[in-house]
Formats: sequence, C-alpha cells, structure tokens
Amino acid sequence: MAHSASIAVQSGRGVYRALVFRKKLVLLAFAIVLVLSVIADLGLGPARYSMREVVLALAGSPEISNQVSVVIWDIRMPVALMAVVVGAALSAAGAQMQTILNNPLASPFTLGISAAASFGASLALVFGVGILPFAIEYVVSINALLMAMAAALFIHLMSQKRGVTVETIVLLGITLVFTFNALLALVQFLASEQALAAVVFWTMGSLTRATWPKLAITTLIVVVALPLFFRRAWALTALRLGEDKAASFGVNVRRVRLETMLVVSVLAAVPVAFVGTIGFVGLVGPHIARMVIGEDQRFFLPASALSGAAMLSLTSVISKSLIPGSIIPIGIITALVGVPFLFSLIMTNRRRAW
Amino acid sequence: MVATLQLNDVGVRYGKVEVLSGITTPALKGGEVTAVIGPNAAGKSSLFRRIAGLLGGPGDVSIDGIPGSPKQSASRICYMPQDTSVNTVLTVYESVLLARKQGADPRVSDADLEAVDEALGALSIESIAFKGLSELSGGQRQLVSLAQTLVRDPEILLLDEPTSALDLHRQVEVLSLIQNLARVRQICVVLAIHDLNQVLRVADRVMVIDAGTMVRCGPAEAVITPDLLREIYKVEGRIERCSRLCCQVIIDGPVVHQA
Repeated sequence: MAHSASIAVQSGRGVYRALVFRKKLVLLAFAIVLVLSVIADLGLGPARYSMREVVLALAGSPEISNQVSVVIWDIRMPVALMAVVVGAALSAAGAQMQTILNNPLASPFTLGISAAASFGASLALVFGVGILPFAIEYVVSINALLMAMAAALFIHLMSQKRGVTVETIVLLGITLVFTFNALLALVQFLASEQALAAVVFWTMGSLTRATWPKLAITTLIVVVALPLFFRRAWALTALRLGEDKAASFGVNVRRVRLETMLVVSVLAAVPVAFVGTIGFVGLVGPHIARMVIGEDQRFFLPASALSGAAMLSLTSVISKSLIPGSIIPIGIITALVGVPFLFSLIMTNRRRAW
Repeated sequence: MVATLQLNDVGVRYGKVEVLSGITTPALKGGEVTAVIGPNAAGKSSLFRRIAGLLGGPGDVSIDGIPGSPKQSASRICYMPQDTSVNTVLTVYESVLLARKQGADPRVSDADLEAVDEALGALSIESIAFKGLSELSGGQRQLVSLAQTLVRDPEILLLDEPTSALDLHRQVEVLSLIQNLARVRQICVVLAIHDLNQVLRVADRVMVIDAGTMVRCGPAEAVITPDLLREIYKVEGRIERCSRLCCQVIIDGPVVHQA
C-alpha cells in the first residue's frame, strides 16, 4: 500500500514535469511558425523574393543585390516586425484583460478601447484637434493613445464597483463600442471628403504606416510590459480562480488588478495609435494560447504574445497574397480570418476550454 | 509554537449596513476544531472573510495575542472560501501548486512538487491530479480547495462549508482528516458547517452566529441543545447519545406555533 502510494506520488511529479516540457515545446513551435511567417512576409510584395533570397539578404550575403537588400531591410522589415510587435502587444493585452476581468470576452476590441482610439484619431484627422498641445507629427497617435487609455481606465474603475459582475463589464464594453462608434460617425459626417477618406482608411488598420521610430516605441512598450506581467505570473493565474480564492492565497487583488490594467491600457493603446484598429488579435490570440497551453501564466503569457504575433504576421502574408500587387488593410483580414478560425477552435475544443 | 486565534469585538460593515458586530471569542488554540454554525445569511462567511483579512471592520483579530494587520495575518491564516465553479484552463495539480507559489519567484522547486503530491495524497485525489478544474464535480472541487489550503502548511485554517457538496462517506472522511490534521500538526481549525451531527462528531467548540451576532460559544455538547434548535433553527428536536463516541441530533419537525 505504502509502496503503491509512493509510486503514485512519484508519477504525479513526473507527469507534471513532462507537461511542463510539452508546454515549452509548444512555445518553441509558436516561435518557429513566427520566424517562418516573418521570412515569408519579407519575401512578399510588388516584387516577390524566395525564402532563400530573404534569408541571404538578412545574413548580408554579397550574392544579393543592393536593391533587394534595401527593399527587404528598409521597406519591408519595419512593416513585418511591426506585425510581430503589434500582434504580441494586442494579444498579451487581451490575455491580461481576460485575466483581471475574469472574462473570456475581454479584449481591446470588444471593450471599446480600439473604438475609443479611432475616435481620438478622427478628431485629429478631421479637425486637427490635438488633446496635447505638442508633438504635432504624432498628434493622431497621441489622441488615439489618450482616448484608448481613458476608455481602459474607465472600464477598470467601473469593474471595481460593488455588485459589478463579469456580464456587466462586457455590457459596459459594448456600450463604449457603440458610443465611440456613434461619435466617430458624427465626426465622419462633419468631415470634408478628403478627411473622411483618411479617417476611413485609419480605422481599417494598416501596417504600412509602420516606421522605425514607431516600431521602436511599440517594441519598447512590449519589452517593458511583458516582464512586469511575468513577475506577477502566479498572482495573475490565481485571479482566474476568483477574487476570493486569489485573495485567500495572499494575492493583493486590488493592487494587482490596478497595476495590470494600467500596463494593459498602454499596451493595448499604443499599437492602435500607430497602426489603427486591428480587431480580434487581442481576443483570438489568448484563446489559441489557452487552448493549447492552459492558463498557467508562466506559459500562457508568452504563448499569447507569440500566437498573437504569429497570427498578425500570417495575416500580413495573406493580406499581400490575396490580390497580387496590392496590400489589403490588415484590420479587414484579421476579422475575416480570425473569426472563422476561433469558431472552429471553439467547436473542436469546447470541452477543454470552457 | 502553537498558534492561537482570538477575536475581540470584531464586526463587519458593508457601507452603512452592519452585518456583523461584537464577536468576541476565547483563545482558539492550535490542535482544536471550532465549528461556526447558524442559519443562512447569519454572517458566517463575512466573519471568515474578516478574520482572513479580506474585509475590514471594527475590533481586533489577534494571532498569538497580538492584533495583526491583514497582511501579517494573510501569511499565517489559510482561508478556504465557499466553493465556486471556475472556467479556467488549469489542471488540479497546477491549481494546488499555484496555491503554494505566491511569491515573485516563477521557478518551481522539488520541495514545491513534493508538497503538492503530499496534499493530493492526504485527500486521496491523486487520480484526478491532471484533470481540468472545469471538469470536476462539486465534491471534487471542494477536495481540491482543501488540498490548496493543506499545501500551504497553515497554522490557522478557516474553512467555509468545506463539505457542503460531498457525499456522506467523503464528509466523514474529510472531517476526520481535518480533525486529525488539527491534532497532529497543531493547526487551529475554524470551520463553518450546517450539519449539526458532524459538528457534534468533530468539533471541540461551537460558535453560534445569528443575525450578525454571536449568541453562544462553548463545548459542542453544551451548545447544541433542544433550546438552540428551537430558538435558532425553529425546529423541535432532541439530542441523543447514539454511541459511546458522540451525540446525535434527532429532528422531530418545525416548531409549531400555538394560537
């Protein structure tokens, strides 16, 4: 009896270690898909290059002409990397919104943060109104950023009120979406034809706006935010067991929520401010991660970031491949591709995830 | 050192509504099991949350005779809230490990895994260790919650209705385990429970909470009387010694009001 018990004890530990190893392999697989996708992305465009050419250009091989090298490094690289960084940021932000609000429907898009950003941007595009009186060249982005952060903090403050349930937060998010969409429509109604075109294009979300400075800022935000989340991995995982349970484990629930929401609001708002509205990555990325790796944040967080990055990079590839010679705004493709993909995952995996 | 827990004029307010007031207890010592009983909505869960430091309010919760801040008490008091279902994608094993790892260090040591295996073994739930939390029955969830408290080596254990979803065999088994843990590890156990027969079986002391105040506190057999059944639960009943070990509550029916 004692012997069989000791075998059971041993195997518990053994199974856990094996599962951890499997999760690390899944992370590696995500990373490989991401790298391959970025290489494909760099090869696609008005002029198409093979994977070999891209890799040689990246390695600085003398076999590759200067012109090809310039196209890949100077024109396509910021766009391809922006897809990676924006995907990672939106997906990680969505993952943590879902965690702290304990709600699988939370994402920058569904809670109205993207809609708020669009409205902020439209104010600048149509009326030239800047919320801050400086940094004129970034006025569109700064407006979008501040409006998105205001929406995120509003959601957070409301979620702290007594008696507010998970369902209330989603409803609140939906009201924000409608409110900001109505405001955006009003601005569009008042806009000149030229400004209207700019607003419509901006709200579609497009990576072609990527520049090295924008890429650097977004990367910096991601590089700072992810370790902040990771440091609180156990506490964040515990939040998904319910507020009382987390608190009973010794988690300072209010503090963890507030700090996380502050970081999340920047993480969700900056990409939207730079590249426009890109829906569904923030919702679908974390769900893919959750389904394949579970919700232990030590793995869930990197998996969410990687799946979001890979998803947006692959979407970028698709947006260049559908109509040869033209790039469809990526915001359109993420919804068209992301939704059926999520739907199929839910239907095949529903027992495990919900 | 064996921990003691003592409440001095403890209360809880939600806004302006006072849900609990003036709760004062003798020193509850490690090694003892104290049952908190009372009708639904009497304030038992609020009391537990107050002791665990999740709610503020008047009065002192003292550990070893020293009134502690919520933060200090959190490290020594282990609270198991009432069972709620969760939809998180974690295995039982991960959730128990999670209960143990509440520090900044994301690394998991062999000692951590050993503690998880031990906690699961103590409750004989190794067979569901790698099941998802959302796949568990209510009873299994309660056992997992208990494992989450045991894995933290508690000195003071607050259990809010830990057996409400368990079948009779599991109830008897789990309460015996809790009683045994209290004795062997000298843990001060406070548990809310509705089944008075189980209270008579395992509790050394009983606190009765009704409408936000403590109406009685003392040894189980002295507190659970036909008068208590009538006053607090509005039922007629008697207490009979059913074996050499313990007494049993026999319920005759609701109190009949004579015109």
